[in-house]
Amino acid sequence: MSRYRKILNRILVSIFLVFLLSINIQSLAADGAALFKANCASCHKPDKDFSGPALKGWKDRVPADGWIYKWVHSPIDQNDPYAIALKNKWKPTIMTSFPQLKNEEIDAIMKYVDDYVPEDLTKGGTGTAKTADDSSLLFGILTLVLALIAFILLQVNSNLRKLSDEKEGVLRTEPVPFYKNKTYIMAGVLVLFAIGGYYTINGAIGMGRMQNYQPVQPIFYSHQVHAGTNQISCLYCHSGAQDSKQASIPSVNTCMNCHKSISKYEGPDKLVREDGTPVDGTAEIEKLYAYAGWNSATKTYNPDKNNDGIPDGAKPIEWVKIHNLPDHVYFNHSQHVKVGKQNCQTCHGNIQQMPEVYQFSNLSMGWCVNCHRETKVDFYNQEDKSGNKYYSIYEKFHKDLKSGKMDSVTVEKIGGTECQKCHY
Amino acid sequence: MSKKKYWQSFGELNQTESFQESSKNEFKEELLPLADLDDKGILDAKTPRRDFLKYLGFSTAAAAVAASCETPVRKAVPFLHKPDNVIPGVASYYASTYVNGGDTISVVVKQRDGRPIKIEGNELSTITNGGTTAQAQASVLDLYDNTRLRYPMQKNGKEFKEVTSFDAFDKMVGAAINGKAVAILTSTVNSPSTLAIINEFIAKYPGSRHVQYDAVSYSGMLLANEACYGKKAIPSYHFDKAKVIVSLGADFLGTWLSPAEFNNQYSKNRKIKGDKPELSRHFQFESMISLTGSNADDRYTHKPSETGAVALALLAKLGGAVSAPTIADAKLAKGIDTAAAALKASNGAALVVCGSNDVNVQIIVNAINAAIGANGTTINWAITSNYKAGIDADMINLVKDMNSGAIGAVLINGVNPGYSYSDCKGFKDALAKVASVSFNATMDETTEQCKFVLPSHHWLESWGDTEPKTGYYSLIQPTINPLFKTRAFQTSLIKWSAAAGSQVNDYETYFKTYWNAKLGSADLYNKALQDGVVEPATMPVGGGSFNGAKLAEAAAAVAAAKGGAVEVVLYQKVSVGDGTQANNPWLQELPDPVSKVTWDNYAMMSPAMAKSLLGLDVMNQEGGKQSDYEVHPEKPVVKITANGKSVELPVIVLPGMNAATIALAVGYGRESADKEATAANIGKSAKGAGKNVYPLVGFNGTNSYNAVATVEKTGKMYPLAQTQVHGFTESRPVIYETNLTAYTAKPGALLAEVKAELENITANGSKDFVRDATIYPDYEKPGIKWGMSIDLNTCTGCSACVVACTAENNVSVVGKMQVQRAHEMHWLRIDRYFTFNSENHDDVDVVFQPMLCQHCDNAPCENVCPVAATNHSTEGLNQMTYNRCIGTRYCANNCPYKVRRFNWLDYTGADSFPDNQNPMLGAYMDESVMQMNDDLTRMVLNPDVTVRSRGVIEKCSFCVQRLQDSKLEAKKQQDPSLVRNVKVACMQACPTNAISFGNVNDKESDVYKIRNAEQKHRSFYVMEQLHVLPNVSYLAKVRNTDRHIGVEEHGGEKHEAKKGDKAHA
Repeated sequence: MSRYRKILNRILVSIFLVFLLSINIQSLAADGAALFKANCASCHKPDKDFSGPALKGWKDRVPADGWIYKWVHSPIDQNDPYAIALKNKWKPTIMTSFPQLKNEEIDAIMKYVDDYVPEDLTKGGTGTAKTADDSSLLFGILTLVLALIAFILLQVNSNLRKLSDEKEGVLRTEPVPFYKNKTYIMAGVLVLFAIGGYYTINGAIGMGRMQNYQPVQPIFYSHQVHAGTNQISCLYCHSGAQDSKQASIPSVNTCMNCHKSISKYEGPDKLVREDGTPVDGTAEIEKLYAYAGWNSATKTYNPDKNNDGIPDGAKPIEWVKIHNLPDHVYFNHSQHVKVGKQNCQTCHGNIQQMPEVYQFSNLSMGWCVNCHRETKVDFYNQEDKSGNKYYSIYEKFHKDLKSGKMDSVTVEKIGGTECQKCHY
Repeated sequence: MSKKKYWQSFGELNQTESFQESSKNEFKEELLPLADLDDKGILDAKTPRRDFLKYLGFSTAAAAVAASCETPVRKAVPFLHKPDNVIPGVASYYASTYVNGGDTISVVVKQRDGRPIKIEGNELSTITNGGTTAQAQASVLDLYDNTRLRYPMQKNGKEFKEVTSFDAFDKMVGAAINGKAVAILTSTVNSPSTLAIINEFIAKYPGSRHVQYDAVSYSGMLLANEACYGKKAIPSYHFDKAKVIVSLGADFLGTWLSPAEFNNQYSKNRKIKGDKPELSRHFQFESMISLTGSNADDRYTHKPSETGAVALALLAKLGGAVSAPTIADAKLAKGIDTAAAALKASNGAALVVCGSNDVNVQIIVNAINAAIGANGTTINWAITSNYKAGIDADMINLVKDMNSGAIGAVLINGVNPGYSYSDCKGFKDALAKVASVSFNATMDETTEQCKFVLPSHHWLESWGDTEPKTGYYSLIQPTINPLFKTRAFQTSLIKWSAAAGSQVNDYETYFKTYWNAKLGSADLYNKALQDGVVEPATMPVGGGSFNGAKLAEAAAAVAAAKGGAVEVVLYQKVSVGDGTQANNPWLQELPDPVSKVTWDNYAMMSPAMAKSLLGLDVMNQEGGKQSDYEVHPEKPVVKITANGKSVELPVIVLPGMNAATIALAVGYGRESADKEATAANIGKSAKGAGKNVYPLVGFNGTNSYNAVATVEKTGKMYPLAQTQVHGFTESRPVIYETNLTAYTAKPGALLAEVKAELENITANGSKDFVRDATIYPDYEKPGIKWGMSIDLNTCTGCSACVVACTAENNVSVVGKMQVQRAHEMHWLRIDRYFTFNSENHDDVDVVFQPMLCQHCDNAPCENVCPVAATNHSTEGLNQMTYNRCIGTRYCANNCPYKVRRFNWLDYTGADSFPDNQNPMLGAYMDESVMQMNDDLTRMVLNPDVTVRSRGVIEKCSFCVQRLQDSKLEAKKQQDPSLVRNVKVACMQACPTNAISFGNVNDKESDVYKIRNAEQKHRSFYVMEQLHVLPNVSYLAKVRNTDRHIGVEEHGGEKHEAKKGDKAHA
């Protein structure tokens, strides 16, 4: 019996190690892709022209080796012939500068771009998640095979022992078949318990999380048309994002600022719902007019006959809220957008490519905390006075940075993972 | 070590058996006033094992049901047309003015997404300098009171019927009052535009008049001032300019005239500044133990009927031309001598105020103030105070005229004489004879007797102006659209008196025209609205010339005053006041600063009277088994009869009460004519809270708030919800005190003993207590470290902070029954400690100590939490994470300050299971708790603070939402110094600036300076020797008295020794 136990132990340990390994690989693969998604993806695609040029094959096009760093850090200051040609081609849009990206980070992004293989993405999981799934499947099969081999070897071992015992004349009780063997049954129960427990707990943790939630909205509003093709700044409509905790959905009058003159949809993008049904853009604009109390024939607002200060028939649009945080979470957009200088896409995904918006991130606490651990704050530099002066009060960190004890200050270091930063 | 003894209850003082028994059980639950429910329903059966299985089964099933629920679809509805100045999620602030009767406080209203949610003081007002009161803080909740009337009504038989339009209402009332002499019955009106409108109205209706009626009247002062100074007015008082303050029963820090203003002034001379500090010296002569008396340096008690005699004796000592009455009580006589000597020596920098409503007493007080030269220094006749203007005789004449038909119609706004008038029955009978219109907000005792009801706006929905002092204006602007179909009182007057074709037919237009004209330009008008106040650049100062013609007559009348063996005195509480806000659960649940009782009024009496009347020997220093009066909420009920009226109230025994005096609070016992309708009409919180004692008010030219009384036992018991009988200090030292002379001589001596003790605790000869007296490591606070400092010298116990904390942090109301079970949720409480007066052992000194989470850097609560729901931040905050808490209460058990509160029940309706509020499942909650669950009432919640659900611990967070907000602002502006602007709710509400808060790592911050430089000799931490390293420090109290205060005192030591001997025997 003790031998079996030993073997069982070994099997369990190896299964555990395989698990660990797969988790590790998953996190290593993320870097370049994450940076690309956070910083570049709103305008660039690796393989196709978008708001900016396709990035694949950049190495063959750039004039010099270090050129890409200079360009990314400050495109507006680059005046070499290639840069000018690039700017002319994409006029009037000019690339946003990313002075905070380090050369290594740019390398990682560009490596990701070069290695990028287009997949036939159906909506939902991203490329990185897919590969992680694949590898765990692989390791799973491997584990199963190994377990099977171990089982066969155990059986062989047991049979051989039986034979040798018979030969030596040692009397042994008839061994129980493996399906009645309590050890095997116990091991089986344990494995089932572990698997069942894993899924139960994951399911429980996932309760109330709504990644990929994509409700049907009262108006088919396409971010792809507005933020993507027409390049309207996110903050034009979601102006609260830099001042308030709420990014805020624009009021109807904000829509009407443009749609008083744009009454027909004539854009290049085909409007298609998730289920494939085509959408009549002009009819959707008409819906907006109904909400606004706007008469598209006379191009005037309806009169205010009932004297309530709004055009007759006008009513606010009841959008379905997609991103819901529990009541015990405090989240402030302006903290992230204005102070943290995060892009909308970091959390909301490639919103400018979404005809219908869905919840891109899972908005779990682990996801928040992970970002807070990795993200560096715009720390104040005592030498060149750069960075946010607020952080000048962290005297200890300034000392540690000088002495080399610390190389950068992450959000976590200034308390960004403490409970009462979000829960109060 | 000679420690002075501070005690919270008689049981603690005498270490009685019942006290020791009850203090062993910290979370005692056997005090259930629900014993009779034991046999109702199986869930109360006393079989814990079965119960456990049942609950287990239920909770598993419930969790399964909850887990299978679909996630609800939530809607996000943006504005149709967003106003430019509104950013959803960002608060706006509007200057306005809190008005309640004549009480006027300039405030700033915090409005979030269109809802007013918090009141702050307006720092631009030189009257209050940003101070507030508990009542002002709580008034935002009145806006969302669900008993507010929602539309105009007309009485039809016994029922009220809605009048569908204002026009129809105007027509009906127009017909009803046409050609009649109309009385406009209001509280004191200090709004210049409203007074103008009232005068225009009166001009239109011949024979009409305006009657101002104050529930608690100041007629005595007004008439005395008319006799002495020729002005029926109240001057401005300047406690900040007084070196000696003598108060004859005036509770000027609690409820008298303008407490926010007086607290602010008073505190200016109570702060310790520099090496040779000067403090004002405050004498209090009173019959009961009031909030102001609790703060006095020297306090003397007398019978209520002796107030005049004390004043007369004082005047005689100061050389007045009156003959001194005989003062039988030697202690009192000595007190008068000391006070008179101090007044004489003050050279005019002195002030005598008196709470009596007797004209003769006030004339004598005027004579005293004239004798000490207070006129023109501490009493300013150049600007009068316009808080109270009601004359008691006017009301009597009004009732007479209503009965005789000389007055044909009464318009009632903002007063409730049907409840607060001593002869309320006579008033109601008279009211039935005339046409009556009520503009009151709720269906109160008066409104239900009226024929027409047109509710006026709440002040937060109104335009308006006030003139609390002559030339000092404070404007009111609306911060929310009217919630209901209400109309401004002034608009009605304008409409009913306007000439045909008049341009102005609403108050808003009238107000704008009035102020644009008065200020001269639209720009100045807008600036005035933005600032909220219009004040003269320099304060005019002037004395009045005192006319002593009536003095001899007054002295004779006072000398003839007769007392009795037992006397009763009526007073107001800082919470409920005159009863207007009786349906405000925040105020009802606010413990009285001195008695610590919530939700009720009661008969306060001295230990001596309790012993002789009820046989309760609470002062029995023999210890051992005696009364368990304090341990259980049930208190004996006595029947008090005065002026021919009786009331039965439970007894609260308090030291410091005059032996012959019983004190009763007005403002309680609100009740509809149909008792069953009280909850619906007046409110769930007002219903059942105490008894009405206004009928005991007498009249002798002016209302008399004291009377000779008889008192008798009833044998009944009544449960009172008192807070400070749970939670004890276990005789650990928490307060340090000294007197001014000792402090000035050697400031360092005050805390020398404490500091020496700390140095001796550390191991290995190290002197660094913080680092070396623990096995835990010293964690760094690299950026900000928050800290608070509370000055016990300037904290007067006014309790504005407690309500401010409740409003800011969505602290739940738990109701009377749960307070009795020690379940109150206040994050900030004000502990009241008694200590024996060193010269007079029948009397006590009182110390107030605001107690909140101390945010210990080495917190005992943190390391006992099994789920790490409470832990420490790098900014020194003791964080409480509700969503992680599983409710073991280990932390509350381990907290030496007892500031962690547990949500025993689902007070807020925040749980996902609605049945958690079902009484069948064990949730016994008062109706008043459900009042706070109403959709309308919930609009008051602060959206930045989680509403806690059942089963979690909560506690002070240092208003972390404000800290985060200030840091965010500093980061946005890239300027760390902006963090210095942060104000936590309690600090902002405090009228005396007793609380300082800031970043201790910042050497420019107030807290750093206080702890390390300005007040380093007074700065201590409560129970510092436990090495919990609190982040809240206190400044020791320094009293300006000749008596021994603090550790050098020997009387207390003797007392301790005596008790010790007994224990050993």
